[in-house]
Amino acid sequence: MINYILRRIAYAIPILIGVNIITFVLFFVVNTPDDMARMQLGDKHISEAAITKWKEERGYDKPILWNNNAQAVGKVTETIFFQNSVKLFLFDFGRSDSGRDISYDIGQRMLPSLSITVPGLVFGLLAYITFGLILAFFRGSYIDVSGVILCVAMMSVSGLFYIIGGQFLIGKLLHLVPISGYDTGFNSIKFIVLPVFIGLIGGIGASTRWYRTIFLEEMGKDYVRTAKAKGLSETSVLYKHVLMNGLIPILTGVVVILPSLFMGSLIVESFFAIPGLGSYTIDAISSQDFAIVRSMVFLGSVLYIIGLILTDISYTLVDPRVRLN
Amino acid sequence: MPVIFITDGLIFLLVFMVLGFVLYARGHEHLRAPWRDVTRRPIAMSAAIILFVYIVFGLFDSLHFHPRLEASDSNEPVYSSEISSVLDVLLGDLRNNTERTYSAPLASYAFSKEMIEQTDGTQIRTYPRLKYGGAHLDDPSSQSNTDIIKRILISFFLGLLVSVSVTGIILLILSKRNNLGFKETMNKCVRNELPVPWYAIFITLCLIITIFTCVICLSQSYHVFGTDKVGQDVLYQSLKSIRTGLVIGTLTTLIMLPFAIMTGLMAGYFRGWIDDVIQYLYTTLNSIPGVLLIAASILLLQVYISNHEADFSSLEQRGDLRLLFLCIILGITSWTGLCRLLRAETLKLREVDYVQAAQAFGVGNLRIMLRHLLPNVMHIVMISIVLDFSGLVLAEAVLSYVGIGVDPSMHSWGNMINSARLEIARDPVVWWSLAAAFIFMFILVLSANLFSDAVRDAFDPRIREN
Repeated sequence: MINYILRRIAYAIPILIGVNIITFVLFFVVNTPDDMARMQLGDKHISEAAITKWKEERGYDKPILWNNNAQAVGKVTETIFFQNSVKLFLFDFGRSDSGRDISYDIGQRMLPSLSITVPGLVFGLLAYITFGLILAFFRGSYIDVSGVILCVAMMSVSGLFYIIGGQFLIGKLLHLVPISGYDTGFNSIKFIVLPVFIGLIGGIGASTRWYRTIFLEEMGKDYVRTAKAKGLSETSVLYKHVLMNGLIPILTGVVVILPSLFMGSLIVESFFAIPGLGSYTIDAISSQDFAIVRSMVFLGSVLYIIGLILTDISYTLVDPRVRLN
Repeated sequence: MPVIFITDGLIFLLVFMVLGFVLYARGHEHLRAPWRDVTRRPIAMSAAIILFVYIVFGLFDSLHFHPRLEASDSNEPVYSSEISSVLDVLLGDLRNNTERTYSAPLASYAFSKEMIEQTDGTQIRTYPRLKYGGAHLDDPSSQSNTDIIKRILISFFLGLLVSVSVTGIILLILSKRNNLGFKETMNKCVRNELPVPWYAIFITLCLIITIFTCVICLSQSYHVFGTDKVGQDVLYQSLKSIRTGLVIGTLTTLIMLPFAIMTGLMAGYFRGWIDDVIQYLYTTLNSIPGVLLIAASILLLQVYISNHEADFSSLEQRGDLRLLFLCIILGITSWTGLCRLLRAETLKLREVDYVQAAQAFGVGNLRIMLRHLLPNVMHIVMISIVLDFSGLVLAEAVLSYVGIGVDPSMHSWGNMINSARLEIARDPVVWWSLAAAFIFMFILVLSANLFSDAVRDAFDPRIREN
């Protein structure tokens, strides 16, 4: 098992290198630091000196791959590639273009992100599995048909509608919770309820339909027929056999997004003014802070790859038939 | 003088490809069968008609030209630097009848109070009359409601008349075709005894025609969906946004399709190091969060555009380039799913007897892939095209909200929502821009979802067998 995990981690390294090279090419080769400086400083007729100063402050004045002016190892390390891309592997994100320490900001913002995504995931799973199971239990009846139609209709509504509509209805008309904002400790609950609830509503259509299909597939299998033939009641077949076996694909499917929960949700956080990583990214995009976007790309990839590895491990734990190779 | 944007060209290329496929499929029973199955489903046919209406709007909006200026002294025709589309011409006054600022749907008075100088010189603070909305009325406060109801009733009956005659014409054609009497055809339609569920088609057509006549009739002298901050008609904006949504939904798939098919087939067929390379490629691309990759690329495009401003002759051209670029980036982030599916299917197919036989006969690899493998994975391609569409339309709105979507100068539902998101905080609420964008998007995505469900059911052999 440990052997397998180590092999998987070794396999992840070339992928991370690939991600790093892609972001490096996108940010430094396709567009030179000069372009970035001009964009940031705004003015088209900006002086050469200002650009040089801007680059110097951020360490973008070094050569891209090979520094002939430096000594020994410095030929490789005193370059943009080493300083800005290789260092990401050590989770040394450096400073943002506006001069803040990115690692510190990320550490500060992880908790608010998690406080939205974790309850969202837990309550979401509970709700979707319940609905999916209900629809599958009443398969072919009016409840099922109208439920599926409702799911398709809810899938077709833009996620932005749920957010704007929810904020308007619950926050502005009913005054149940504040529209947006965040607080520390237990005070944050009243700010968390609405985004979690809206995220849950937004996912209902697609997830319920998907889980219903999984349960229906499970219900068509032989062992279910056997269980029924043995005389087990419909509900005990549903809970003991269908639900338990249906949970395998559902939970292993969830594992892949577990690490990404740290990243938060871009849209929800920016709408509800939650100081998490999602709104951090959005702010970086709108203020065109390339250093932050680059760090978030790398962080996101690392978390996704961890998710992939966890998924493979969870498969082997849940289903002994899956062999490790 | 016609102008052809890159996306226009690609759209019409797509239209010709679809037409070519239809002509080709007519002669091949195995290609026709699943599509015939789709036409047997009432919901799918209703959805298809609604999609068709959207597509017609989108196509009319894809024919661009520089309008000719009438007042010119020389014999040489002089063209305006402005670019409009055929849809602009068809919509006519809708584009030009702009108010000063917000006005509610079907309103005759402006949304907010202003100081108005009366004839006797005194100033009062009141809601000013709109320039176009309800301009034909003498005293809108008492007349406008009856006028609107009158118009709706008249256009409703007009719409019914038109839809009854359209239904009649289709029934006539049907009865000619099937060598049945008119009455008999009608009965069969009502009882749904014909293979195609015509009753669903007729209901949808009647609804669409009636709604259209109502909207056309009302829009002659009102703003049906009100006006936005700069006084532009919201209905016009929503209609113009159709093209953007369709372009994103279709061109993205079109752009990534050749690449996804090629890599998927190659990985599954050759296996070995080619498979490893392709798998590495898509795992790497997949592990970059899609939104961030799009954000990074769009930021870079912005840098490029701001440094090469001279290369773009017009605002529209710049917006079009950005739209195309967005399609390409979305394509890059979304080809991996299809590629993985195709690879898995090809891995299974390459062990099948007919492929082995072809290999034993010494048929070339390329030929095997094109003649034997590609036709047998086409159902996966078809399903993923239609399934991706609705997701892409919704993604456009979110991306434009984040500011990494289409150009802000371009009409799109995302931009409408983005610019209207602060209006919801006003008191009283300005809701119509948001509502119009969401309604138009909802109808398109819902029909696309319903249609794609039918296509999936018809094409997926696993489901077809049951």
